[in-house]
Amino acid sequence: MSVLRPLDRLPGLNTATILLVGTEDALLQQLADSMLKADCTSELKVHLARSLPLPCSVNRPRIDLIVFVVNLHSKHSLQSVEESLCHLDAAFFLGKVAFLATGAGRDSHCSIHRNTVVKLAHTYRSPLLFCDLEIEDFRAAMAQRLVRLLQICAGHVPGVSALNLLSLLRGSENPSPEDL
Amino acid sequence: MDSYDAPELTPRQDASSRLKDFFIGATPLQKRLESVRKQTSFIPTPPRRKIPQGSQLQNVPHFVLEWVARPSARGSSQSRDGTQVSRIEDVDPQKFAVLLHKQWTLYSLTPLYKFSYTDFKEYSKLLTAFIAAEKKKGLAVEVGDDFNIKVVFSTLMGVKGTERDPEAFLVQILSKSQLPSEHKEGKVLWTGWFCCVFGDSLLETVSEDFTCLPLFLANGAETNTAIIGTWFQKTFDCYFRPLAISSFNLSWMAAMWTACKMDHYMATTEFLWSVPCSPHSLDISYAIHPEDAKALWDNVHKTPGEVTQEEVDLFMDCLYSHFHRHFKIHLSATRLVRVSTSVASAHTDGKIKILCPKYLIGVLAYLTELAVFQIE
Repeated sequence: MSVLRPLDRLPGLNTATILLVGTEDALLQQLADSMLKADCTSELKVHLARSLPLPCSVNRPRIDLIVFVVNLHSKHSLQSVEESLCHLDAAFFLGKVAFLATGAGRDSHCSIHRNTVVKLAHTYRSPLLFCDLEIEDFRAAMAQRLVRLLQICAGHVPGVSALNLLSLLRGSENPSPEDL
Repeated sequence: MDSYDAPELTPRQDASSRLKDFFIGATPLQKRLESVRKQTSFIPTPPRRKIPQGSQLQNVPHFVLEWVARPSARGSSQSRDGTQVSRIEDVDPQKFAVLLHKQWTLYSLTPLYKFSYTDFKEYSKLLTAFIAAEKKKGLAVEVGDDFNIKVVFSTLMGVKGTERDPEAFLVQILSKSQLPSEHKEGKVLWTGWFCCVFGDSLLETVSEDFTCLPLFLANGAETNTAIIGTWFQKTFDCYFRPLAISSFNLSWMAAMWTACKMDHYMATTEFLWSVPCSPHSLDISYAIHPEDAKALWDNVHKTPGEVTQEEVDLFMDCLYSHFHRHFKIHLSATRLVRVSTSVASAHTDGKIKILCPKYLIGVLAYLTELAVFQIE
């Protein structure tokens, strides 16, 4: 099975590609639509997948950012994400991977503890975002945020790189492991 | 790269330390809330909980309960060892009969201000008058005695975890019989009881005037619950909130109750899942023979005397994979709504039915923890 590598293809001109991975098809579709509606100077391409590995036969552009969507209401989504993470090259985790947890608003429906995803994001040294994708306003705001993240990861923002952004995000959200 | 980033990080750290200084010297509750908020951002140790041992002598609940704190409610690695025995002479098996085999709706309750256990007669009178007044509102004139109901307050001895826990008390609405010659008690129309089992974390934060009874259970008409709730809220400046049980907590309950040793099983172990789909949601019910469930748990359970998050997850995963093998349905993608075992049965809407007196305190301890977490 093929492992996804960050730099195995050439970048397209002024193109940024994001891959959304998750089992909740409806939510991913809605998030993709919101992202495409956001203003962006680069040309955006959004790919959706239920899990990795991706089929090799498809001709796809270079993927700049992968967002794993975990639904806190469903353990199945967490298991599927954990299995997909094995099919990524380690170089992706230098700022090109993010985790998005949805469904935290309705606590009575949650079957995964919030700290499980926090631990997962911490293990992979990647930022964790929380958003209730079912609510349209939150989804639109998160889409804007993801578009900005994507532009940085694709290198379209001068002076900031994906790795730079990763250390900035980590510093403000979580204490570093040495503090624990 | 790192030295370039450092100056940008320090202003943020300064702001958070300034916030910390602001909180020091605040009230104890604020200090606790602040510490809880700080600690939730750390990576926690996985939660563990000790299995209630059940009675060993004379059918008296005798528990050694010790738990490593849950990360969401408390800081990491806070372990408490308590040998808590309820006084044997105070336990009244008759009273426990009132609590079992009834469907209770759960509420969490903030501490009561200036509540006294000696004023029960006065409270009964006030509450009876209040209920009668509420019921008369908007109704046509009633023929007969206004006060055809009676409210009784009574203490429930033995329903507590540690010595520090306040005594539980029971409120019942009885219909008074019209004939003076009949001296027997009228029919029970509504029952509600307040309790606190191992509520140490809440007891530490409140001052002397407050009585902490975070768990409220009600059985009976919803209108009566609302009226009683309004009276308590007005009299003792407290607040009721319905306590919903999340799927995560239901799976913990399933594991803990399956782990309980029982002499004979009264009911099959049953789970109910709700599948969200339009137009009407589907319900999947999965019934297991209780001895098979116990055998599965014994295989999964490794650490003696404690229940860990990994064991609960493994137990549920075994059930899910078995179901998937036969029906090709991923139960882990659905929502666990109801768990029913021989010890107790719980529904996600906050309904509970306790079947086994041996593990009553254990069940109440977990529910108290959920209620305390909701209050905080």
